[in-house]
Amino acid sequence: MTASTTKRAGTAASDLAGLDSLELGPARSPRRIARLSWSATWPKLLAVVIVLAAWEVFYLINFHGDTADHLVKGPAAGLANLWDQLQTGLLWQAIATTVQTAVTGYLLALLIGSGIGALVSRIPPLRAATGSIISGLQTMPSIAWFPFAIILFGENQSAILFVMVLGAAPSIANGLITGVDYTPPLLLRAGRTMGLRGIALYRYLILPASLPAYVAGMKQGWAFSWRSLMAGELLVLIIGHPSLGVLLNTAQNDQDLTSAISIMIVILLIGIVVDMIFTKADALVRRRRGLLVQES
Amino acid sequence: MPATANGAVSADQAASAVEAVMQVQQSGAAGQGTSPAGGAAAVTLSEVSKVYGRGPSALLAVDRLSLTVAAGEFVCLVGASGCGKSTLLSMVAGLDRPTAGTVDIAGRRVAIMFQEPALFPWLTAQKNVELALRARKVPAAQRRKASAARRRKASAVQRRDQAAALLASVHLADFGAKRPHELSGGMRQRVALARALAQDADVLLMDEPFGALDAMTRDLLHEEIERISAERHLTVLFVTHNVREAARLGDRVVLLSSRPGRVIEQYLVPRTGPRRIDSVAVAELAGTITDRLREEMRRHDR
Repeated sequence: MTASTTKRAGTAASDLAGLDSLELGPARSPRRIARLSWSATWPKLLAVVIVLAAWEVFYLINFHGDTADHLVKGPAAGLANLWDQLQTGLLWQAIATTVQTAVTGYLLALLIGSGIGALVSRIPPLRAATGSIISGLQTMPSIAWFPFAIILFGENQSAILFVMVLGAAPSIANGLITGVDYTPPLLLRAGRTMGLRGIALYRYLILPASLPAYVAGMKQGWAFSWRSLMAGELLVLIIGHPSLGVLLNTAQNDQDLTSAISIMIVILLIGIVVDMIFTKADALVRRRRGLLVQES
Repeated sequence: MPATANGAVSADQAASAVEAVMQVQQSGAAGQGTSPAGGAAAVTLSEVSKVYGRGPSALLAVDRLSLTVAAGEFVCLVGASGCGKSTLLSMVAGLDRPTAGTVDIAGRRVAIMFQEPALFPWLTAQKNVELALRARKVPAAQRRKASAARRRKASAVQRRDQAAALLASVHLADFGAKRPHELSGGMRQRVALARALAQDADVLLMDEPFGALDAMTRDLLHEEIERISAERHLTVLFVTHNVREAARLGDRVVLLSSRPGRVIEQYLVPRTGPRRIDSVAVAELAGTITDRLREEMRRHDR
């Protein structure tokens, strides 16, 4: 390389470095991240305050000063009941049982749904044969499966797990199939020219490209499996096996509305926490790909 | 041709460059695009035709096109929309098959760059380049005695080092940890270039790679691709709509007819020194090619 060519290359490199720093924005400061976290948190806290306020107003308008032994209590009494229940081992045991079943059922659904999704998305005849069945299963209310499940498995946990899998697996499979379908053709062309073929193409390109839709399917699958589990625990009462559904059923039998509300709050909180985990995972996947609109 | 200190070409040099531009082929000959540069052929297209669809709706995109590109030659393909430029590249890359005729790359390795960088958005710049190395099965040989885990680790280290070196070669050494969306358009294309280089290709196919970039970035990337192709003795087939870009970069500019695509004219551009896109020589040649292109478009209008 001649001296003038070397000099030109050096100038071009310096010009490029200048252009690069101009085109890249400043990095996020920790202070800005803290501000963004707070801006995401306060609406949730506000929502809780609004719910409690609405409960209090409803109670004050309809039941306050009523000397009759009515069933409805205000939020203060309701939260006190929840606190009392949390002091007992029974509620924690019920939470542990329900969460354990939820995790087992969901993991089974994830395994089966992912397997079916992977096969159906890559084998066209299988797709033609089962594609509409998977979509149909997704719309089927899970409670409709319980008579079938109870006849098949009896009144035990297998029946609940069976319905959970049927509720969640189609959503997970559909999420993966949609993700595979929407893999950008340009990326496939790029991958093929790089030499990615067969399993390598699937592992390094198609599966990662499908991840946003797959995570969305997983999130939807969780919602379906959680609903199926709650319905199952109310319908399939397993003796000596306390769960949130069993406690809810007991509160119903005892006409104990306050305890029922306490257990419902626990169910809601578990649902919200898991939903937050999925929302975080979804946001992480999208942010890493530049698919999330940056908050200003 | 010696350049001035800032790389500009003097008026006399420009005039001689314009005279040196040689129109090597006239229209009418159905695409006998031989390489005036001589040397071993890196890419040979012989009587290649491409038809899309069947029956009455069939579309002839490329018609009996022949073109030979010598090893180390930088050939720019220019033509109006729908002349089959991108189809030609796809056929050379093996992504598409010709309906008739043959495409011969003599066993050479081919890499392609698109108008969009086509980087994998879930991977960092470094990992994008590493994946190309992995797909190429780098490193090829490993010591048998080492355990599988140790071999895997050694391979990963080797790929990481090679990828870092490739990113450094496109002046992105400090940006390996960034994801594509965190980079500017020009930087993304440079990562795509590093990824293409990771494929250790002899032939680099470029499908309007700088079409979406601003003029300043494009100018700088012209210098980069010129430097890299010369350093690595790459054979480059560069598709562009931009006639000036073709005149700036090519050793040869091949003008294709509008649909169906055929070679209608070729312009040899002797490399007598550094070129600039705003130089008189490049402007003159671009003007000549544009006039011919307009003539071709008017022919379609009749």
